Amino acid sequence: MADAPNTETLKYTRLYQRHVDLGARIVPFAGYAMPVQYDGVLGEHKWTRTECGLFDVSHMGQARLKGKDAIATLEALTPTDFKVLKAGRQKYSLLLNDNSGILDDLMVSRPEADGLFLVVNAGCKDQDFAYIGHNLRGDTSLEILSDRALLALQGPKAKEVMAKVIPAACEMYFMDCGTFIWQGHTVYISRSGYTGEDGFEISVHENQVAELWDALLSDPVVKPIGLGARDSLRLEAGMPLYGHEMDTGYSLAEANLGFAMSKSRLEAGDIPGFGRLKPELEGGLTRVRVALKGEAGPPAREGAKILNQAGEEIGYITSGGPSPSAGGLIALGYVPPAFSEVGTNLTWDVRGKAYPCTIVTLPFVKNGYHRKKSV
Amino acid sequence: MRFTKDHEWVLVEGDTALVGISAYAADALGDVVFVELPEVGKTVNQGDSFAVVESVKAASDVYAPISGEVIAANDELSSSPEVINAAPEGTGWLAKIKLSDATQVEALMDRDAYEAFLSTL
Repeated sequence: MADAPNTETLKYTRLYQRHVDLGARIVPFAGYAMPVQYDGVLGEHKWTRTECGLFDVSHMGQARLKGKDAIATLEALTPTDFKVLKAGRQKYSLLLNDNSGILDDLMVSRPEADGLFLVVNAGCKDQDFAYIGHNLRGDTSLEILSDRALLALQGPKAKEVMAKVIPAACEMYFMDCGTFIWQGHTVYISRSGYTGEDGFEISVHENQVAELWDALLSDPVVKPIGLGARDSLRLEAGMPLYGHEMDTGYSLAEANLGFAMSKSRLEAGDIPGFGRLKPELEGGLTRVRVALKGEAGPPAREGAKILNQAGEEIGYITSGGPSPSAGGLIALGYVPPAFSEVGTNLTWDVRGKAYPCTIVTLPFVKNGYHRKKSV
Repeated sequence: MRFTKDHEWVLVEGDTALVGISAYAADALGDVVFVELPEVGKTVNQGDSFAVVESVKAASDVYAPISGEVIAANDELSSSPEVINAAPEGTGWLAKIKLSDATQVEALMDRDAYEAFLSTL
């Protein structure tokens, strides 16, 4: 077992004492002292899939881009068309460097007509905001919202819980967002999350976050969920995690994140690093992100080799573990396109032994998003 | 029962010993989802990695608390790894080892000494 981390330099969210009082195990994550688990990862994972989980994700970065050139600023750094993002809607996007390498993934929402609201990863936020700040165009201002906390309420019963606390938020559908008033305070809520379940993400001023946390947690169907289950839930949902499935070495084509790219941007050819991206999108890939499933044996974790039927190394795992909800073993990794077809039988190597695995489709567990029914 | 600083335990029965991981270790690991047991017949040296216990998040090596030959492994853990969490210092034992050097056991901590050691962590 590793020695206890030096906690002197860690940052704390406003809910730190709540986590300690709830019996959480605290670990350093992206410079913050965060709860990795309360009662146990498996139980918390399953509770979120069947009931409702509450996550403190206040370590994540929040910012607002304002001004008439805010869209132009963000488009110059991403593959996404934000001109078509209507007030009340949210989009997933990627912050790209000049070579189309992925600097971070982010959620961009437009809770009001004016301004874009950004949520970025905790470990990337300082460099993200510096990068955006250095690339502001014309009339654009970047406001870093370091005094706002963020809660995620996730699971099939999230809407029942929200109906008692901020009922108007339940009128939203998946990837909608809006500004709401709770106890006289402004909160930004989106109907989205990082678990594959229906749910909400709530941005609230840090001075009110403890009160909102308590109000949500007072419902008996809600339990606090740590970062351990957050990771296993996102893996089952097939969602990539920055620093694992993505970093500046990967393009969106390799990472299989084409849905973050708008058709209009592809046609215009004005995506950062398009000279690298274009041939990759036209079939010139040497590696591509895939989903793998195994039935038995030890979990294949980050760094495990992927082998072909001849036993030759062809790729590697970037995230992996047991699937508490689907059963068996699941993983994300990279292989050459020739091995990426669904149904391809491969093996993964754990401690020198090869175990069978198969390329499958994502997600591993069916998502429970609250979508508008198509007519 | 005797303990190591790496949180393994040894329970001597004649010239053999049951070995496992302590309640402290099991709690620190969290939900165990896979156990790689040592092969029966294998000779292990004190301090060797001889088993692997995996939680949802991580794989942890288990070090042989004593030297000897593995004469049995707890196969129940292959199908029910959660027994390690339920009874780490009982039915969640990992292996039975035929002792090659009984004096190694005496050098390990007794429960009081182990509890005192835990209080320093």
